[in-house]
Amino acid sequence: MSTESLRVAFGQSLVRLAYKYPNFVVFDADVAGGTCTHFFRNDFPDRFIQCGIAEQNMMSAAAGYSLSGITPFVTCYAVFASMRAVEQARNSVAYPDFNVKIVASHVGLDVGPDGVSHQALEDLAIFRAIPNFTVISPADEREVLQATEVMLRTHGPTYMRTGRSPVPDVTPADYQFKIGKGVVLKDGSEVTIVATGIMVHRAIAAAQHLKNDGINAKVVNISTIKPIDRPLLQQCASHSRFMVTCEDHNIYGGLFSSVLEAIADAPVPVYPVAVRDCFAESGEPLALAQKYGISEADIINLIKSKHN
Amino acid sequence: MARDKTAAINRIMNHDTLTLLRTKAKIIRKDVMQMLHYAGSGHPGGSLSAADIVAALYFHEMRLNPKSPNWPQRDFFVLSKGHSCPVVYAALAESGFFSKDWYNGLRHINGALQGHPDRKKTPGIEFNSGSLSQGFSFGLGRALAYKHTKDTNRVYILMGCGEQDEGQVWEGAMFGAHYKLNNVLAIVDYNQLQSDDTNDHIMMLKPLAEKWRSFGWNVFEIDGHNMEQILGAFADARGIRLKPSVIIASTIKGKGVSFMENVPKWHGSLAPTADELKLAMAELDNDQ
Repeated sequence: MSTESLRVAFGQSLVRLAYKYPNFVVFDADVAGGTCTHFFRNDFPDRFIQCGIAEQNMMSAAAGYSLSGITPFVTCYAVFASMRAVEQARNSVAYPDFNVKIVASHVGLDVGPDGVSHQALEDLAIFRAIPNFTVISPADEREVLQATEVMLRTHGPTYMRTGRSPVPDVTPADYQFKIGKGVVLKDGSEVTIVATGIMVHRAIAAAQHLKNDGINAKVVNISTIKPIDRPLLQQCASHSRFMVTCEDHNIYGGLFSSVLEAIADAPVPVYPVAVRDCFAESGEPLALAQKYGISEADIINLIKSKHN
Repeated sequence: MARDKTAAINRIMNHDTLTLLRTKAKIIRKDVMQMLHYAGSGHPGGSLSAADIVAALYFHEMRLNPKSPNWPQRDFFVLSKGHSCPVVYAALAESGFFSKDWYNGLRHINGALQGHPDRKKTPGIEFNSGSLSQGFSFGLGRALAYKHTKDTNRVYILMGCGEQDEGQVWEGAMFGAHYKLNNVLAIVDYNQLQSDDTNDHIMMLKPLAEKWRSFGWNVFEIDGHNMEQILGAFADARGIRLKPSVIIASTIKGKGVSFMENVPKWHGSLAPTADELKLAMAELDNDQ
């Protein structure tokens, strides 16, 4: 079982895909070491466009570049992709519907010691609110590779978040990523845990733990936040007493909100494991997850408290 | 290069060319007045100040194909000062990209001519500008791709002077110089007025040419209403090898309509009434 971080997985995916797809380039804002696009830069320097620490110009310039038919990946940290340059993402990319792929590392509390300025807890909410954007939050190395390839084969503005900590494989070997399709990773009854990104492996571990307590929880990986897999979520809602969402993101506007919207007409309670509308602090990712309520134990405790 | 330049100068010296372009600029100004009157709102001042530059671009300088707006060999024009789109709509219609019947839909629901440009709705429009400075970066990105694909298309980007306040302009200025984008010609419509007041009262802009020079650009300073100077700078920019070029074109906001000239309120959003339209048309007709 591999335990690769999602950002390393993305950097290696770019290199692997570069041979098969000669028609893409990578835009960077002097953070190649952080986003892991340095692998690609080293192997394909002619397809790597250094923009300096100037994310706004990078975003609009990538939009212009995309008219050549060559697909630009715009890569930087999520705080800067989703906030500093978001108006460029809206007006230069989304409104004209250009084929620009934004891939950001440094998301959620998983950023760890760099602290609040670099911990993007709002990126899913922000990109989800912009028309024409597809929003992807993959869970493991396999899904990152497949999602990156699907992005190359699909027209349109797309945002994908990666991650910093190593995560174990959670998808099966025969998994096929499709935009807009969630997947049941562990079957169960009574309770459905819906998770995204690095929270998926915590959800699976929590479900395994709960089994010992006689609670049989289903685990669903939602890797496309927008468009979300409404049929799957509605089906889960109709077969569950309650649902739990898990995300390394603020409680507003991300997975919890998306799931609530998707099953608004199904009378089943949904409880969130998410950051409770606060800024966190520096610390190791696991310690932050525990302090701010998004650890494996938080998932377990929440489900136990609601299941009686 | 010398031969190119001589040929260019010969073209410039052609009296018929200058007469044609002055006539086109007058038609553009009249069309701007007409369509803004239909619209009931919009930005007359910055459209009129740019009319001579736009006429020179569309009717002399750029390779375009009105019958095929996405012709791959076309030169690439970005109106980064998107609020001045009436002047570009007029040039596009006069070039034959679409009918002048479209003018009366400007800024109205279901119209093809949006209040700020929309490339999906209007043939010949390359970018959805309106948010200042994004068009500049967009054009630079397009120019870099032309370099990478070894295409010889040139990129023309028209910016406002108020737009120079945006930090992204200077991010782009560094980017353009870093990548030696000599296929880019940026033009600043330097009418010295922005939304509320003069540039220098809002945010000191001088010395503008020195700013661009220090960012590594080749700078031309011209009178943006003098057709010979406009064409001369266009021709000279083609000979620049390792730098992008910018023309700082001194202009008069509202140029050609006396009651609009240098009057801040005609920045927008404001349109001429029926009486004002009549007066403006008469002045433009009489202007030789």
